[in-house]
Amino acid sequence: MLRQIVTRLAAILPILLILSIFAFLLVHLAPGDVTDALLGPMATEEAKEKLSVAMGLDQPLVVQYARWLSNVVQGDFGVSVHTQALVSDVVLLRFYNTVILAAASLFLALTVGFGVGMFAAARSYSTFDRVSMSTTLIVGSMPPYWLALLLVLAFALEFRWFPATGMTSITGDGGWLDVARHLVLPAIATAAAPAAIITRMVRASMLEVLGQNYVRVARAKGIPKRRILWHHALRNALPPIATIAGLQLGFLLGGALFTEVVFAWPGLGNQLYYSIVARDVPVVQAAILVIALAFVLVNLAVDIMNALLDPRVRTM
Amino acid sequence: MRQVEKAELAAAEALEVEQESRWLRGWRAFARDRAALVSLIFLAIVILLAVFADLVSPHDPFEAERLMRNRPPLTEGYWLGSDSNGRDILTRLFYGGRISLLVGFLPTLLATLISLVLGLVAGYFGGWIDQIIMRVLDAFFAVPLVLMAIAIAGVLQPGVVTEIIAITVVLIPYISRIVRTSTLGVAAEPYIEAARAGGAGRGTILLRYVLPNMISPVIVYATTLVGLMIVVASGLSFLGLGAQPPAADWGTMVSDGRVALTKAPHATIFPGVVIVLVALAFNFIGDGLRDALDPKAGARHHKG
Amino acid sequence: MPDDEVILEVEDLRTQFKLKHSTLKAVDGLSFSLRAGRTLCIVGESGSGKTVTSLSLMRLIDPPGKIVGGRLIYRGRDLMQLSEREMEEIRGDRIAMVFQDPMSSLNPSFRVGEQIAEGLIAHKGLGQEAARRETIALMGRVGIPEPEARYRDYPHQFSGGMRQRVLIAGAIACEPDLLIADEPTTALDVTIQAQILRLLREIQTSTGSSLILVTHDLGVVAAMADEVMVMYAGKMVEYGTVETIFAAPAHPYTKGLLSSLVRLDDTRESDLQPITGLPPDLAKLPGGCSFWPRCPLAETACRETEPSLRAGGAGHLVACHLAEPVAQDAPA
Repeated sequence: MLRQIVTRLAAILPILLILSIFAFLLVHLAPGDVTDALLGPMATEEAKEKLSVAMGLDQPLVVQYARWLSNVVQGDFGVSVHTQALVSDVVLLRFYNTVILAAASLFLALTVGFGVGMFAAARSYSTFDRVSMSTTLIVGSMPPYWLALLLVLAFALEFRWFPATGMTSITGDGGWLDVARHLVLPAIATAAAPAAIITRMVRASMLEVLGQNYVRVARAKGIPKRRILWHHALRNALPPIATIAGLQLGFLLGGALFTEVVFAWPGLGNQLYYSIVARDVPVVQAAILVIALAFVLVNLAVDIMNALLDPRVRTM
Repeated sequence: MRQVEKAELAAAEALEVEQESRWLRGWRAFARDRAALVSLIFLAIVILLAVFADLVSPHDPFEAERLMRNRPPLTEGYWLGSDSNGRDILTRLFYGGRISLLVGFLPTLLATLISLVLGLVAGYFGGWIDQIIMRVLDAFFAVPLVLMAIAIAGVLQPGVVTEIIAITVVLIPYISRIVRTSTLGVAAEPYIEAARAGGAGRGTILLRYVLPNMISPVIVYATTLVGLMIVVASGLSFLGLGAQPPAADWGTMVSDGRVALTKAPHATIFPGVVIVLVALAFNFIGDGLRDALDPKAGARHHKG
Repeated sequence: MPDDEVILEVEDLRTQFKLKHSTLKAVDGLSFSLRAGRTLCIVGESGSGKTVTSLSLMRLIDPPGKIVGGRLIYRGRDLMQLSEREMEEIRGDRIAMVFQDPMSSLNPSFRVGEQIAEGLIAHKGLGQEAARRETIALMGRVGIPEPEARYRDYPHQFSGGMRQRVLIAGAIACEPDLLIADEPTTALDVTIQAQILRLLREIQTSTGSSLILVTHDLGVVAAMADEVMVMYAGKMVEYGTVETIFAAPAHPYTKGLLSSLVRLDDTRESDLQPITGLPPDLAKLPGGCSFWPRCPLAETACRETEPSLRAGGAGHLVACHLAEPVAQDAPA
C-alpha cells in the first residue's frame, strides 16, 4: 500500500517539471522584450541592456531556466518587479486568502451537492429530481463572473445584506465575523458551478450503484431503505464523486479568479490577473506554479484516498 | 490477397456504405430529441441574427445617444434598453454575437483538427510516441483550463486573435485525450487488422478505416465544448483580454454594464442570459448528437 | 412447521413493464400455491417470466415495472396490502431470496461477516457480538471452512461457490419459511452446482422451510423438485409433480424441453429435437395461445383462443387445447 502512494508521488514529478517549463516559457512568449514592458516605451537601449543583464536575460534560455528552477525549488521566486516585495511572501499570503474562499466554497458545494444529489437519486424521476437536474444544468452554464455580479446586484446593492467587495471592512476589526460576512457572496458565486457538477455526479453515481445486484440483495434482506442509501450505496458511490470533487477543488483554487476580481477578494487569482496585466513576470510565474502544485497535490490526495477506500487495495 | 482477407475488406467496405445511411438514421434519431431540435433551431436563429446583424439591427452598435443613456427595456426603439453610453443593447447583442460565437466555435474546430492528428498518432501507433505526447499533455490537466487561457491570453497582446489562440491551445489536451481513447477502441477492432493484412498503407488505414469509426464521440464532445468555450471566451473578454473597444462581445457587454450596475442592471443581465441560453443549447445538441450517433451510449443516460 | 400448511398462495399475479411505446406483460395471470417443506421448481426459457415472478413474490419490482394485479397470500396475509415498511420486515426474515450471480451480489466494500450479520441485527434485534457468533455458526453450516477467520474477509477473497454459500447463509440467517432461489447455480461450475443444491436440500430438511427454485435446467428440476411449474410468455402452461412432468408431460412446450435433454441412457439414434424459433416478444404476443408459432401441433383453435388451464390428471394442470398426456418412451 505504501508502494501505491510512492508510485503516485513519483508520477507527478514529470508533470511538475513540464509545468515549470511552461511557466518559465510563458513569459517569453510575450511580444517584445520583458524590459520593454517593464521600462516603458521611453526607455533607452542602454537602460534596457542594463536591466537585461541584471535579470540574466542575456543568457541562453536553458541556462536561465536552470537558474530559475534551482531558485524556485529553494523557495526563492525573486522579487516583484512592481512592488519590489518578495514574491514568495506576496504569493503565500494571497494563496492563504484564496484557500479560505476555496474552502468555504467547497464546503457549500459539497453540502448542496450531497444533499440534493442523494435526495434526487432516492426519488429518481420525481418532480424534485427533474427540477433539481434542470436547475443544476442552468447554474452550471452560467458565466461565473455574471453570477457574481447578479449576487452583488441583488444582495449587496439592493438588499444590502452583505458587503459588495473586499475581505474585511475598512472600519471593521478584521476579525472572523467580519471576514465571514464578506465571504458569503463570493463563496456562493464560486460554489455555484461546482455544486451543480457535484450534485449531478452524486446523483449519477448513486443511481449507478443503486442498480447493482448487491443493493438488490440488501433490499431482499429487508434492510431499511435509509440504511441502504447511506450505508450500502454511498460507500461504493464515493470514488467517482471524490474524483470530481477533487477536480472541482482545483477549479476552485484557480477558477475563483473571476469571483476574486468581481468581489475584489485579495486572493491569488486576483493577484495573478493583475500581475498578468502589469507584466509582473516573477509573480505570474510563482502564482501559476503554486496553483498548479496545489491542484496536483489535491488530486493526488483524492487518488490515494480512493485507493484506500477500495478493500482490494487495503488487503494487499 | 487471400480469400479471408478479401471477405473482411468487403465487410469493412460494406461498413462504410452502412455508415452513409447511418448518418441519415442518426439525423432522425436526433430530431426525435425535442430539446436538441429546439436548441438547434434556437442556435440557427442566433447565428442568423449575428451574421445578418447589419440588416436586423435597429441601431448602429457604436452609436452612443447621450440623451438615451440607461434606458430600461421596452423603451421606444430600445427593446432591451440602452447601456450607460446610450447604445442599444439589442443591437449590441446581435453584433456581439459575431465575436462570441466565433470565439467559441473556431478554437474548438482548430483544436479538434490538431487533436485529431495528435490523438490518432498517439492512439494508433502507441509506444514511445504515445508516451511522450500524452505525458506532455497530461501536465496541462494540472492547471485549470480557464486559468491557462487567461495566462496565455494575458501574455500575448489582448484581442480576438489572442482569445482564439489561447483557447485553441488550452483545448488541445482535452480533445486529444478523447481522440486517443476513441482511437484505441477502434484500433483493436478486427477489420483494422484485416485492412493491415490486406496490404493497406498506414495512411489509408487511418483515414479510411480508423477515422470514420472513432469520430462520433469526438464530435459529441466538441459540440458540448463549443458552448463551454463561449462561456470561457466571454470570461476572457470580461477581463479585458479579448475583444477590444469599440468592438464588443457578450463578455465585454457584461463588463461595461458593471459601471451602472444599479442604474441599468439590464445591461449586465441580458448578455449573461444570452450566454446561458446559447451554452444550454449546445449542451442539448451535444446530448442529442450522442443519442443519434451512438444509441448504446445514450441508452443509460437520462436527462434531469 | 412440519404440517401441510399452505405457506404461499398466489392468485392471478400480473406484473407489467411500462416502456416508452409498449407495455410488456411479464407475468400475466399466474396462480399457484405452495405447502410447507415442499420444493417448487419454476421452469422456462429466458423471457418466460420466471425471474419476474420470483421478484414479484418479494415485491421487489421497480419502475418501470409494476405489479398490476393479483394477491400474494403468505400465511393468510395478502402481501399486496402491506406497506413498504411492513414488507421490509417480512423480507429477509420470513421470505428470503438467493440470486443468480454470486460474483456481483455481495457488496465489495464491506466484510462478509458483516453482510450476513446485518439481517440478524435488523430482524432479530441481536447485538453485535451475538450476531457475530450466530453468523460464524451459519457460515460453518453452509460449509465455509474456518468461519471464524473468514468472518473478517472481503468478498473478493472468496471464490464464486464460496460467495454463493455466503449469500445463502445471509438468506437463511433468520430461518425464513420460504426461500426463493433464482438460478442459484447457473453461474457456477458443475461440481460446485451439485454441492450448492445439496446444501439447499439440507437446509430445507432441517428447517422444514419451503423452496421455490427458478431454473432453466431440467437436471436441477429432476434433482430438487417436488412440484414443477412450466412457464411460457408470462403464463403457466403446465403444472404437476416432478414425476408426472417427467413421465407424462402434456404440453407441447414441456415435451419439447424434455426431448431436447441429452440422457446418458439414450439409445435413440435420431438427432436432438430442439424447439424451433425464438422466445416471443412480450410486448407483441401472438393471438391465441402464445406458443402456437413454435408448436408442431398448432391448429386453428390455437391461433384464435387462448387455452385455459385444465386438469389433466391428479394435481396436473395444462394450458393447451390439444392436451393429451403422453407417456415418454421408456428408456431401454
